[in-house]
Amino acid sequence: MANDLILRVVTKWLSPIIILFALYVQFHGDYSPGGGFQAGVIFSSAILLYSLTYGLDAGLQLIPEYILRIGASLGVLIYGGVGVASMVLGGNFLNYSVLGSTPVAGQHLGIIIIELGVGITVASVMVLLFFTFARRVAPE
Amino acid sequence: MEQLTILLIVIPLMVAPITALIPSEKVTWLLTLIVCLISLAISCYILYEVIDGSHVIYELGGWRPPWGIEYKIDSLNAFVALIVSAMGCLSCLFAYRSVPDEIEEKMIPLFYAAFQLCLLGLLGIALTGDIFNLFVFLEISSLATYALISMGKNRKALTAAFSYLILGTIGATFFLIGVGFLFAASGSLNTADIASRFDSFKDMQLVETALIFMVLGIALKAAIFPLHSWLPNAYSQAPSTVGIFLSATATKVSIYVLLRILYDLYPVDYWVNMLLPQIMLSLGCVAVIYGSYRAWQQTEMKRLLAFSSIAQIGYIVIGFSLVSQLGLTAAILHLFNHALIKSTLFIGAGILLYRANTTELGSLRGLGRDMPWTFAAITLAGLSLIGVPGTVGFVTKWYLLEAAVEKGMWIVVITIVLGSVLAIGYVWKIVENLYFRSKRKVHIQDVPSGDSAIAITPKTMSAALWIGAMLCIFFGLNTELSFEAASSAATALLKQ
Repeated sequence: MANDLILRVVTKWLSPIIILFALYVQFHGDYSPGGGFQAGVIFSSAILLYSLTYGLDAGLQLIPEYILRIGASLGVLIYGGVGVASMVLGGNFLNYSVLGSTPVAGQHLGIIIIELGVGITVASVMVLLFFTFARRVAPE
Repeated sequence: MEQLTILLIVIPLMVAPITALIPSEKVTWLLTLIVCLISLAISCYILYEVIDGSHVIYELGGWRPPWGIEYKIDSLNAFVALIVSAMGCLSCLFAYRSVPDEIEEKMIPLFYAAFQLCLLGLLGIALTGDIFNLFVFLEISSLATYALISMGKNRKALTAAFSYLILGTIGATFFLIGVGFLFAASGSLNTADIASRFDSFKDMQLVETALIFMVLGIALKAAIFPLHSWLPNAYSQAPSTVGIFLSATATKVSIYVLLRILYDLYPVDYWVNMLLPQIMLSLGCVAVIYGSYRAWQQTEMKRLLAFSSIAQIGYIVIGFSLVSQLGLTAAILHLFNHALIKSTLFIGAGILLYRANTTELGSLRGLGRDMPWTFAAITLAGLSLIGVPGTVGFVTKWYLLEAAVEKGMWIVVITIVLGSVLAIGYVWKIVENLYFRSKRKVHIQDVPSGDSAIAITPKTMSAALWIGAMLCIFFGLNTELSFEAASSAATALLKQ
């Protein structure tokens, strides 16, 4: 598909919009439907689209596998880290209220960071899954 | 103190992703061992705190129950957590030399990470007091388990893991449907809350359906007789370390869930007239006979042990379907005792696999005379499995017989005795092949020349084996400790 001009151009135009939409779903998740999981999947679809049009090698060049592995672990660590932080600050595990100056601000901050962790892990794992299965097909 | 309970979950959760990134087999092993040891220490401490019948309560995220997730730990929770973390330590000790031998080098960090996640899931099931949270932990441990089993040396491990994946998912789905129905009827997911308001919605048909769905789903996970088909392949094809850990914990934790559903979530008088105890009791009896008979037929040691697990699960099922204090105590005690026995035997099989690269009994003939100490420990654990006085197996069988006699269930008594006779048969099969058969030239496969692995058993493996065997004897002679914990747990369950 790498030679199809229309696909290449459309992909180039579409990718940033998909990523922007993913970030919107991610960070607007506490006011409107959305959140880390959906945002992660949408984000990964941009990279999937890029790799489908430009080939697996180009996709791997864009995001090498070791970064995806680190990303997958990092998200979990961010999630757990928020929980541990709230324990250190004197609350129970994942009690965001103690994170900010007021409980409401704390809840806000907590859920945004948690969702960020979820988003990073989901996006990384989705792309990793795609790469793992795509590589199983022998190159011609 | 309260924060300690959640640390049991948080520590593996935080260490596992780090472990997955460290490219060193030694460091990842050390991290896993430290996680297991900390979990063991914490669960010992919690059990010590709650054994007098008190509770430790932890509200996750500071949300008050029944809206938030609540961990309400009584002696049964703590006892199961103790079993899981103790067996985690034992299999981790064994893993030091076994894992590099059986698993590709670049997969080792991922292996240990999955191992920790499995530990996390099982501990979570043991601690949580919220049925949906329980389902989530069930899935965490199961997903980790599928990955762990598929890492087995043999390619058959892949099909074993896949069939377990399918069946395990069906089981989990059934459980989730049950949870959904119960939630629809009660409007709550908190175990204590559902139990306390049970009378207000118990006439709904939905509640009965929920019970049946949940029991079926968990029975599949616990490999109770007709739903056991995934177990022999999964345990025998998994890497040795995983076989040890899972045989000692996975089905036990599922049985614990079953106990919680039957004795805690639902009041006993709700289901006791529903034919459920009779069905369970007969399935348990069939499991004992069938499992022991199939074990006796096997010619491969790990498969033999896996089938014997099905029989031993049968004893546990018999114990709790008698619906009496004594039967329940025997069942809970057997969770612990069988975990000890079976992990010791799987460690023995793992050592034989490490040394001879096969666990086919026919190819192991006479090997016991070359490895007298390993053989002695396997025999000790085998005697426990039969239930010889002075070993842990005897303790549970004694209480189980007492409970059956108390209820006047003579057929159960006969089954237990028959099961023990068959156990003598299959344990003898191991002993005979290892020790008494004339030594043949041992067929050793796939060992590169100059490999010294065949000549020495690594010290860590022997240590794990002998710790297991000694504990089998220790808790067989010194029954107060485990009996007190089990009977305290049984009292807590029946009190509801």
